[in-house]
Amino acid sequence: MRVVVDYDLCESNAVCMAVAPEVFEVRDDDFLYVLDETPPEDLRAKVEEAVVRCPKQAIRLED
Amino acid sequence: MTTMGHVVVVGASLAGLHAARALRRQGYDGTLTVVGDEPHLPYDRPPLSKQVLAGTWAPERTALLTARDDDLDLTWALGRAATGLDPRARTVALDDGTDLPYDGVVIATGAAPRRLPGTDGLAGVHVLRSLDDAVALRADLDAGPARVVVVGAGFIGAEVAATARSRRLSVTLVEPLPVPLGRVLGGEVAETVAAVHRDEGVDLRLGVGVEAVEGGDRVERVRLADGTTIACDVVVVGIGVTPNTGWLEASGLPLADGVVADATCRVGPGIVAAGDVARWPHPTYGEDLRVEHWDHAIAQGGHAAETLLAGDGARPFAPVPWFWSDQYDRKIMLAGRPAAAEEVRVVDGSLAERRFVALYRRGDQVVAALGMNRPAPLARWRMRLADGVSWAEATAPAEG
Repeated sequence: MRVVVDYDLCESNAVCMAVAPEVFEVRDDDFLYVLDETPPEDLRAKVEEAVVRCPKQAIRLED
Repeated sequence: MTTMGHVVVVGASLAGLHAARALRRQGYDGTLTVVGDEPHLPYDRPPLSKQVLAGTWAPERTALLTARDDDLDLTWALGRAATGLDPRARTVALDDGTDLPYDGVVIATGAAPRRLPGTDGLAGVHVLRSLDDAVALRADLDAGPARVVVVGAGFIGAEVAATARSRRLSVTLVEPLPVPLGRVLGGEVAETVAAVHRDEGVDLRLGVGVEAVEGGDRVERVRLADGTTIACDVVVVGIGVTPNTGWLEASGLPLADGVVADATCRVGPGIVAAGDVARWPHPTYGEDLRVEHWDHAIAQGGHAAETLLAGDGARPFAPVPWFWSDQYDRKIMLAGRPAAAEEVRVVDGSLAERRFVALYRRGDQVVAALGMNRPAPLARWRMRLADGVSWAEATAPAEG
């Protein structure tokens, strides 16, 4: 599982961080940082939830 | 898991789509029919008042379905409205005379915008809810009106005003309350939003209602309760919505400003509800809520699907409501339930900078957090609100 963020779409809404803080962090500079681009399988459900809940649909998963 | 062969989702909406996705994700493999009264496949509403209205997005870009949804194996019944639900016969009636049998049904018919009396058929008067509404309003804005009057300074009205200003149109925003968004945000925070709009050149008329919208074939002016008139060629009405429950009136299902569900989103045997149309007792807030937010439609759509499949094992639905609103270069985010808060305190940034987090207190608990251009702290507050956080703990000086 590989996490890909489209930074042209991302508005740093930080919803992904609320859902999967292990993988996503919006820092004080208001930019999104992907902490783990290839998160372990046990985080899949959370990461998929973050994909779904992103208001800009800026995150996708590549298997 | 209950055995079901036919599930009907009534509402080709965000909530309806996410219910359908969740049903498949959780292994439901029977027929899945999605009914929508609009001709469109599900689309995303937040861009309607922003990118679509601004003209930066083609309307098609709001489509919600992705390639992955091809596997959902959905049967679409679009352009057809549900007209009834018979819980004994277990059928949903459509306006073309069809009766769809169901083992399980998801009620996700959303809500319809309220209109001003006496404006039917008056050209230039708009509401903004659907894709067709947005396209029609955009066409009127493209024509370069001399003035746009927005009635109602809720989130839709405030966003429309902001987008119209970004198109360099003259905008008057009329609101009967003394501040925009006052019912939701509270005094000082709402004042800050008002100041943003004023600085962006919006003519704010607060604390005054609309007496009449006048014109011949087309709107010519808005008459306010204080006797003043505003000449205009376009009026946008954003005065709230009414849940779409008319089709359920003969069903015997409980209706009270929405269809009434239990804590698990179940309305009756084989019947669940989600999204703007659903009212349910929130287990931790101890009150019946009906929430009209984008994120809520996703979460409750998924939860309702889970409840439908879970039978007696259904779990209560206890989300922290959350939404955002983009106005000019300000991003407003709100998590929780600010209604009836007794105190509002800025804990991060300042109102003057228009970059802050404000917390809302009720009793000894934080019940909501609002951020303006502070998305990351707001996400953290959203997480903390889910666990419950005391006012004392939240407002204690940070350590280290």
